[in-house]
Amino acid sequence: MLMRESAKDDVLLDVRDLETHFYGEESVTRALGGISFQVKKGETLGVVGESGCGKSVTALSILRLLPKLTARTVGGEVRFRGRDLLELSDREMRKVRGDQIAMIFQDPMTSLNPVYTVGHQIAEAVQIHTKASHPVAAAKAEEMLRLVRIADPERRVNNYPHEMSGGMRQRAMIAMALACSPELLIADEPTTALDVTIQAQILRLIVDLKERTGTAVMFITHDLGVVAETCQRVIVMYAGRIVEQASVIDLFARPAHPYTQGLMRSVPDRRRGRQRRLPEIPGIVPSLREPIVGCSFAPRCPFAIDICRDKTPVLRDVGSSHTAACWRAEEVMGA
Amino acid sequence: MNGPLLKVENLTKHYPLGSGIFKKSIPVIRAVEDVSFSVEAGETLCIVGESGCGKSTVARLLMRLVEPTAGRVLIDGTDIAGLKKDALHAWRRRMQMVFQDPYSSLNPRLTAAQIITEPVENFERLGRNQRQALAADLLRKVGMSPEMTHRLPSELSGGQRQRLGIARALSLNPSLIIADEAVSALDVSVQAQILNLLLDLQQQMGIAFVFISHDLGVVEHIGHRVAVMYLGRIVELAPCEALFAKPVHPYTEALLAAAPVPDPTRIRLQVPVDGEMPSPINPPNGCAFHPRCPLAVERCRIEVPPLVPMADGRIVACHVRAPATELSAPPIANRALAQIDSIS
Repeated sequence: MLMRESAKDDVLLDVRDLETHFYGEESVTRALGGISFQVKKGETLGVVGESGCGKSVTALSILRLLPKLTARTVGGEVRFRGRDLLELSDREMRKVRGDQIAMIFQDPMTSLNPVYTVGHQIAEAVQIHTKASHPVAAAKAEEMLRLVRIADPERRVNNYPHEMSGGMRQRAMIAMALACSPELLIADEPTTALDVTIQAQILRLIVDLKERTGTAVMFITHDLGVVAETCQRVIVMYAGRIVEQASVIDLFARPAHPYTQGLMRSVPDRRRGRQRRLPEIPGIVPSLREPIVGCSFAPRCPFAIDICRDKTPVLRDVGSSHTAACWRAEEVMGA
Repeated sequence: MNGPLLKVENLTKHYPLGSGIFKKSIPVIRAVEDVSFSVEAGETLCIVGESGCGKSTVARLLMRLVEPTAGRVLIDGTDIAGLKKDALHAWRRRMQMVFQDPYSSLNPRLTAAQIITEPVENFERLGRNQRQALAADLLRKVGMSPEMTHRLPSELSGGQRQRLGIARALSLNPSLIIADEAVSALDVSVQAQILNLLLDLQQQMGIAFVFISHDLGVVEHIGHRVAVMYLGRIVELAPCEALFAKPVHPYTEALLAAAPVPDPTRIRLQVPVDGEMPSPINPPNGCAFHPRCPLAVERCRIEVPPLVPMADGRIVACHVRAPATELSAPPIANRALAQIDSIS
């Protein structure tokens, strides 16, 4: 196993060689092929990649929320404040979830209970984790709704989820997630289902609340624009592995992995002027059911040479606090 | 050909809420309100707006999948809204649709060949060899291998499925394709592939597109003209370059400012617009955008602004920026975004 210097004080979450498999009837899907990264206290870490790259599986593996029958984390460690979450009992793990690590999902309608009022659900979370009395928890629920800038919080606590708009429900989810002052908030595509004007409001809210509460945020998204506006550091995932890791400024200024570069170029960007043709990444994402020999991006990569098809590249330094898993990262950065 | 390929006049769709047998008046959802535009042959008109603005209802009305409450849809001068079933069947050859979700819009039990030749078989019987040849030809057109004819949708990736959806729409050689959020469900790298494919097809075959999307980045790439909708109405319709260079309607401006920009050195100073789109059941009086509009004046609360033609060929519905009496608009207020050149 890769040995690293012992976790420093400012490291909140330290994920090492995390490996998760999904089991089908005849096949095993290697959804996470051993990923390592850290989240520091109070920072916002972006996790970017396209469907099936393993970004959501990473979140679910950390919180141990994978479907029990079909998926298992088969290797690695998830150290949160020094403790390996994978070793905890179910009971201990339940205390970590919501209290120390909270999560918000893409679709707030499916993660809110339709038969209880929003205020009840926030108060319930507060009561479970803080043993607060009912009136105290109810007051806290109202305070949280005010914090996430829902107008009329004294009336809205009595609303059921269906009585709220999509943007308001996502605000309520954020209120619930932050009610117990978690140290880490995992946000999985929290604005993907929202309209752009509402998305801008919610992103602003997350950034403001993060600054005010000091909560670290792991922001999972497919949208490079969202990453640029919210994150300090970014990891880019492809086919179950991290292919690049950098500060947001470095990543956008000098992408070192051909996949990151391709991704950035294929996003319509107004600042490049109006082009009629977008640069595309040819081909499709490989199946994770078959073992991959060499670099998983090689079949789609304009830089691929023989070594790429034979040997799997590992993350290596290509700049200060900038790593990439590419044999030809230097050439890629110069291109 | 004289006149536009597609002309839409005062198209309106109200959905009644409930049956209302015992009620005197039935509340209605005003999904589309007095929408007019035209599309020339070989042109791409984009319709943008947020959920609930009526853009998908417009698509359905164009295809006559739903009946309009009022207004006309003219193709080459013929009003398809008035056509009987048989006559409409023939007109359907001229226009086809590509849907958002490549998973639910393809029959999972049919092979690729069956899916893409089905529209043709609605009109004529194909022999087995004819069908195979047609399928192979269509697959080649959308950049897929002809060997894929026997595949089922479940054996294809999202991008390949969307290519099938496009091949199906092409099978009848339509003059117009209506694409309703056709690339929204796809990953960006695949999205670029499909957008390039649509551009190629337009160039080769001269197809006109009505391209409906919520994504302004995509629209800027593919569109010749853009119509921005808000709460059932068009608020601005302009040539693509003019609209993106200088939005005139405050809603268009907010929409452009709200789109996240993939540049970490750019700092957003404030949220471009507060609040949410009101309900189409009980829309605000006057201009529907006035409760969220930073420029709103008394008149906006009372009077629905008409679409006013501007000097540069666009039309805008705004009392402040496009007053009905003059052709020039006051200067645009300070942009919500500022470029900070901290890193060069």
